[in-house]
Amino acid sequence: MSTREYVAGSVANYVDERTGAAAWMKKNLTKVFPDHWSFMLGEIALYSFVILLLSGTFLTFWFDPSQREVIYDGAYQPLAGLKMSAAYASTLNISFEVRGGLLMRQVHHWAALLFMSSMVAHLLRVFFTGAFRKPREFNWLIGVGLVTLGIVEGFLGYSLPDDLLSGTGIRIAEAIIQALPVVGSYLAFFAFGGAFPGEAFIPRIYTVHVLLLPGAFLALITVHLMLVWYQKHTQYPGPGRTEKNVVGYPLMPVYMAKAGGFFFIVYGVVAFISAVASINPIWLYGPYTPGQISAGSQPDWYMGWLDGLVRMAPPIETHAFGHTISWNILIPGLIIPGILFTGMALYPFIESWISGDKREHHLLDRPRNVPNRTALGVMSLTFILITLINGGNDIIAQQFHLTINQIMWFSRIGVLVLPPIAFVITKRICISLQRADRDLVLHGRETGRLLRMPTGEFVEVHEPISAEKAWVLTSHEQNAPLQIEEVDHRGVRRVGAIRNRLRARMSEANAQSAPKVSADDLKEIEHH
Amino acid sequence: MSKEIEAIKDPGLPAHVHRASDTNPAIAKQAERQVAILFILSAAGTVLMIGSYIFIPNDVFIFLPALGNTHAGQLFLGLGMAFSLFFLGMGAIQWAKRLMPDDEVIAYRHELRSSDEDRADFVSTIKERSGAAALGRRPLIKRTLGLALGLFSLSPLILLRDLGPLPKDQLSKTSWKAGTRLVTDPGDRPIKPEDLEVGAVAQTLPELAQGQERILSDIGKDAVLLIRLRPEEFQLDAERLSWTYDGIIAFSKICSHMGCAVALYEQQTKHLLCPCHQSTFDVTRAAKVIFGPAARPLPQLAITVDSEGYLVAQQPFNEPVGPSFWERSS
Repeated sequence: MSTREYVAGSVANYVDERTGAAAWMKKNLTKVFPDHWSFMLGEIALYSFVILLLSGTFLTFWFDPSQREVIYDGAYQPLAGLKMSAAYASTLNISFEVRGGLLMRQVHHWAALLFMSSMVAHLLRVFFTGAFRKPREFNWLIGVGLVTLGIVEGFLGYSLPDDLLSGTGIRIAEAIIQALPVVGSYLAFFAFGGAFPGEAFIPRIYTVHVLLLPGAFLALITVHLMLVWYQKHTQYPGPGRTEKNVVGYPLMPVYMAKAGGFFFIVYGVVAFISAVASINPIWLYGPYTPGQISAGSQPDWYMGWLDGLVRMAPPIETHAFGHTISWNILIPGLIIPGILFTGMALYPFIESWISGDKREHHLLDRPRNVPNRTALGVMSLTFILITLINGGNDIIAQQFHLTINQIMWFSRIGVLVLPPIAFVITKRICISLQRADRDLVLHGRETGRLLRMPTGEFVEVHEPISAEKAWVLTSHEQNAPLQIEEVDHRGVRRVGAIRNRLRARMSEANAQSAPKVSADDLKEIEHH
Repeated sequence: MSKEIEAIKDPGLPAHVHRASDTNPAIAKQAERQVAILFILSAAGTVLMIGSYIFIPNDVFIFLPALGNTHAGQLFLGLGMAFSLFFLGMGAIQWAKRLMPDDEVIAYRHELRSSDEDRADFVSTIKERSGAAALGRRPLIKRTLGLALGLFSLSPLILLRDLGPLPKDQLSKTSWKAGTRLVTDPGDRPIKPEDLEVGAVAQTLPELAQGQERILSDIGKDAVLLIRLRPEEFQLDAERLSWTYDGIIAFSKICSHMGCAVALYEQQTKHLLCPCHQSTFDVTRAAKVIFGPAARPLPQLAITVDSEGYLVAQQPFNEPVGPSFWERSS
């Protein structure tokens, strides 16, 4: 035994005698993970979270979360002598006097944008491939929670520097709180410690931003990953891949190196962007005062859709019995986002109710093979995209020489009309793609070689596709829609007739597909 | 057609194809060198980072194409950090992809559901244990426990009460009183009508009493925009017209929608636009909403001049300024 083996052995023995870790490690170090680029989206989210923790900790060493008024006498001359909050002054200090401070601020902000983008991309991957199905519904719920918290955390984060732009964002948040019926003004006064903006809000959201929410993130991410570990990762359909197995590479050493390396690549790319691309140059905005504003005030993109909704809301308020309800704030600011996020959270349960499918699924769907779900996803994306466009209507108007009114009316009408159109088109495209798959399996692939027949006719030579490819194109299930009888076996009408009819109708829509290649099809084609 | 399609069955995992580095030691050696070079590039990145931190003074700006005027210290620090991390990652991945075993491994899944036996045991354990606690047989304990826990869960409401004062009339009252002078912001100078030319806009605040400090919460309610038009351009009723002075009209600058500063004035159309959500107000018609999500006009401040000829408020705002709230009556 070499010395190195001896030392490693005694360390392992020491630890194992106190923890019993060997049995667990033995099993888990060889754990198999399937390989696919789309599985790295969640990884990027995880790594950007780690980057956020590191860069955020750096920033806390100099940031002073206080709205106490100070006179600026730092290095940035254009603001010299101006009254501002200590929060803003210390952010200027980080940007101009702390070496690497601006870099870290930009790393933090770019990583936050990447965190949100990769979470959303990961969510879309999970949605469109059906990875949320049994047994992974809990992880879907945790994911929806993480995205929601991410939006809040991001908003609080860019609100902290107390510059003119972020103060304007806080003002809008205050107006949303204030618009809540009955309790609104009380909640606003409690949150802000008095009238807006007061001196309490930034210290308070600082605690939430650096302690409470990161703690919640850590807890949720831990459970999220533990569930992935325990339930084993899903995999794409392919030869040799079944519902009963996982095909991939072992954690040690391949995934340790790949995942560890990927963390550094993500960090490196964020650092590169932060070195060359300025983000949130707060010194250009000036300190916050409620009486001023700059044109083109824009939130970060993950709030942009909300702002777009608020912008397009019709000007409706109800004044009755001495009270006011601001529908123009409540509907776009709370009710629609509430419906969207609730619908998103409940989707796995809704789909399983519609299809009646209660089995475990570990093989992912190709989006085209589930036209209804894919169309629903594209429909929601279209909705969000239009609201996002409207959230930047002033910038777009300026860049494309349009009027704000044109974009606003496009969005107001488009947000209602375009999503259903997107649904129909997507569904048709999916079914067409299924037909193309069917053609490919039945008639083989086009080779581009033309053959002249003795009769003078030209035909293109088709070549059969490989068995592996044929398997990928045909291995998915096609389930018949639910048959819900109106009367039970004794001839008595079932309760919930309307609900059952709705369910049957949706189940039918859900099962719409071009039929996949069957044995009969193959037999028939052999006769040709 | 061909036989392989006739039976579309799972063809099973394709045979493993070995990489060149698996079979040819020379290529494996080359891969090893590549990994080493990547790690060395990473180390060079770290050296660049440390060097920039120490040697580039904080006030050096360089002009670069595409980037413009750039802070040299931050740029090279960032580039050094980026290279150091990026190449470290690339090295690790190159190592994994070219040299570590790339045989696909198959692991088997097990149903997550517990066995029927375990489930039955679980149920009986629960029954037995809760039976031992005998909660069902002692309703007094159950109810008092419920009372105690329920009451305690309300305690955050009590403990958080001191987060802020009650709103009282703070949302509906501003600092404007009859006779309060309008002063410039910034500058705090009183304004005479002749200071404003036709078409001019001024941001104003109420004059402070001696020794009083202006706080942001007051600006958030008190900010007023003065705009001077030609008097014949107004389309106002008699009362609102009497609130103007010689073509000068005053509105709350705080948007009636969500409280942003309504700061964009378009001189040609005489529209005020809020940059937050594009609510647009027509100045000639008492800030009537002509576009966007705001549901109410901007409150108008009645103004006149005092004995010294300075602009003053005739009376306080006759309605709350800023965004709506539940207790607002109109």
